[in-house]
Order: sequence, then structure tokens, then C-alpha cells
Amino acid sequence: MTDPTERPGSDTPPAAEEPKPSFEGEAVSGHHRALTPEEAAAMDEKIRKVELAISLVLRIGVVVSVAVVATGLGLMFAHHAAYVPIRGHFSYHQLTSRTTPFPHTFSALGHSIARGDGRGIVVLGILILILTPILRVAVGVLSFIYEKDPPMTIVTLYVLVVLIGSFFLAGV
Amino acid sequence: MCDCTYNRTVTPLDFVVSLALISVAAGVLGSLIGLGGGVVIVPTLTLLYHVDIRLAIGASIVSVIATSSGAAAAYVRERMTNLRAGMFLEIATTTGAVSGAYLTTLLPARFLFVFFGLVLAYSSFATFRRRHADAPLTVSHDRIANYFNLHGSYFDAAEQREIPYKVVGTKPGLALMYVAGLVSALLGIGSGALKVPAMDSAMHLPMKVSSATSNFMIGVTAAASAGVYFIRGQIDPIIAAPVAAGVLLGATVGARVLGRVASKTVRLVFVIVLVVISLEMLQKGIFP
Repeated sequence: MTDPTERPGSDTPPAAEEPKPSFEGEAVSGHHRALTPEEAAAMDEKIRKVELAISLVLRIGVVVSVAVVATGLGLMFAHHAAYVPIRGHFSYHQLTSRTTPFPHTFSALGHSIARGDGRGIVVLGILILILTPILRVAVGVLSFIYEKDPPMTIVTLYVLVVLIGSFFLAGV
Repeated sequence: MCDCTYNRTVTPLDFVVSLALISVAAGVLGSLIGLGGGVVIVPTLTLLYHVDIRLAIGASIVSVIATSSGAAAAYVRERMTNLRAGMFLEIATTTGAVSGAYLTTLLPARFLFVFFGLVLAYSSFATFRRRHADAPLTVSHDRIANYFNLHGSYFDAAEQREIPYKVVGTKPGLALMYVAGLVSALLGIGSGALKVPAMDSAMHLPMKVSSATSNFMIGVTAAASAGVYFIRGQIDPIIAAPVAAGVLLGATVGARVLGRVASKTVRLVFVIVLVVISLEMLQKGIFP
């Protein structure tokens, strides 16, 4: 190895140009050279789109699930007059004991929602909440395909497969 | 045990409103330090409301996912989250969660509580020790981090500047993330308590980025086991509804705060909460 300080202005390439900070570390996998400013700008724009897409998916999941949960909760109180009074004699313990009935299979959930039962609608909202991170991983896979980054695409695809597999293993 | 203090019954409405308010606090705290809020939700439900532990754990899983999605929606948009590192490390957490589901019958829970209580005690110490060595790295010779380009930068609103950082220690990071996934499947706890130290101490991500990225990841780890909790009937709607709504509100608010809080404060709050969780786990293992 030659000491680069001994040969200033030689044909050795200059130390890789520092990428601009907002961009640093956001190139695709396996890139070993600094990107040209045009490439960097294009990549930056792509990454911004991906970030906004992932953020949007999470936001939609959150808003929809809160709306459904709130509707279900409202119906629960609307259908059961005994729940409402602040000074009533009906304790919440009757709703949170081991024996409290609530839907925890998909068929029971379907029947419950069909009847317009508040409990079923709350559970539906919670399931939407549970599905949100999984949907986010799916968007991640699409994002890395869009960024043309095969290593990260494989990584996220693996995560998605394991996640979906875990649901089947659980017997859902 | 009777909670008819002042000679009155706690009605479902009282329960829902009070639990929703506590959940808002859990959401703020969880989003700020990268945990799922289970540390607040489980003791509240079991000790204050005398709810069955199985239902409390089901509510805790709901709280983890709510914190994660609520906070991450904001953190990702503000570029606080390291998306690439988070998604890369999810390989280890999801694999850990699935293997944990198999191991759950093999290992005695008491032993696990003691073991992870000690692990968390050590990580709280390790996180605390790094309080003066907070400067981000400028070079990395970690081949995995360089290949997948896991480095990043974020805008620190407290310091009013963009802070670039390099990532190291992906191998110990992956190992710790695997354990984090394993623990969340085995013990039903949110595993942010292990994820934040893995990123902060082992991989040298800045504290706020560790917290935001942990928030981003815990939802996926929890979702991997949430199906089981639903089928086992641990998701009680009257508990889950106020928890989900309250935590989502709290996490959305908390996510607006993180940028403006000093890293040191985030670190100290995290260490205190970690000590509490560690003591809670040791207590469960030693005096069940």
C-alpha cells in the first residue's frame, strides 16, 4: 500500500465525496461509490415518497380502527342502559371476568357484527389495528422494489412471510 | 378485595373513562421512550382494577400495537425513524417471536422472568452509562451495516441541527433483537425494553433514533403474537376499546414531543422505566 500523502495530485481518486447529510445512509444496499448529485436528488425524492406512503398507511390504519372502536363502544353503551349511569349498581367487573362472553373466533365475530352488537364492532376495530403493522411491512416490500434494492426487498419479504406464517401457526 | 371505596360501584362508564385517561398517559410515555405502554397498562389493570392477568396481557398487546402505529406514523414522516435499520432488524425479532411460540411450553416462566429481569437490569445500567458518550459515530467498519447502508441522519429539534450517524455492531444487534422477539412471545411483554438498548448500546444509534425505531418495530413483533391472544379470548372489548383509543391519542401527542426533548432526558426516563420493569419481572420470578 502506498501512502497517498506522498503523491498529491496523482491519479488516485479523491477521497469519496461526502454525501449531503440529509441523504447520507439512504442509498440502496451495496452502493460503494458516492452518488452523483442528480442520482442523489432522484433517490432522495423516491425515499421521501416511500416514507410518506408508510406514514400514510399507518395513519389510515390508526384513524379507521379508532373510528370503528369508538362506534362499537358507543353502541355497547347505547344497547345496555345499565352501563351508562355514573352512580349505578352495575359493576364493570361483570364485563371483565374470566367468564364474560365476547367474540374471539371469526364466526362468532361475524355473527356479532351482523347483529350490530357493539362488542363485535370493537373487536373488528382492534383487528384492523393488529393488521396495520402487517400492512406496513407489505408496503415496505413494495417500497424496496420501487427503490430497486433487491437485498432489502428480500429482507422485508422474509419478515412478511414469517408474519403471515405466524398467523397460520396460531391457527387463526 | 373490593374496590367499592366510598360505598359505590364502579360502573362500566367510570371504568372506560378512567382507563382511557390512564391509557393516554401510557401512550405518551411509550411513544417517547420506544416502549409499548404495557409497563403502565398491566399493573393498572391488575392492581387497580383487579382484572384477570390474561385479559390484562391481551390489553397490553393492543397497547403495544397502538403505541407503535400511532407514534410511527409521525416519526417516519419526520425522518426520526431509521427505516432501513428497523426493517432489517425485524428479521431477527420476527424469527425470535416465532421460535418463542414453540419454546413457550419447554421453559418454566419463573426462570425466564428472573433471567430477563437480570438482563434488563444490566441494560438499564448499560444505557445509563452511555449518558455522557452520546456523540454519534462518524465512521463504521461494520460490513453488514455498510452493505445494507443502515446509516442515517435525523433533525434534532432540541439542538436545531441535522445529526448524521453511522451504525456499528449489527451482529450483537441482531442477536439482541432475536432475544427481544423471543421474550415478547414467551412472556407477553412488549420488547421495546430490549430493543432500545440493542440499538443504543450495541449499534450506537442516537438515543432518539433508537426510541423512534423501536416504536416502529414493536408493532410488528406484537402483531406476530396478537392472533394467538385473539383466539385464546384475551382481547376483551370493554378493556381493549379505551386502551386502544387512549393510547393512540397519547402516542400521537407524545410523538410531537420527542423531537423537542433533549436526548439525555429521553435516556434518563428510559432508564427509570427499565429499572421498574426489571424489578417487576424479578418479583414475578421470585415471589410469584
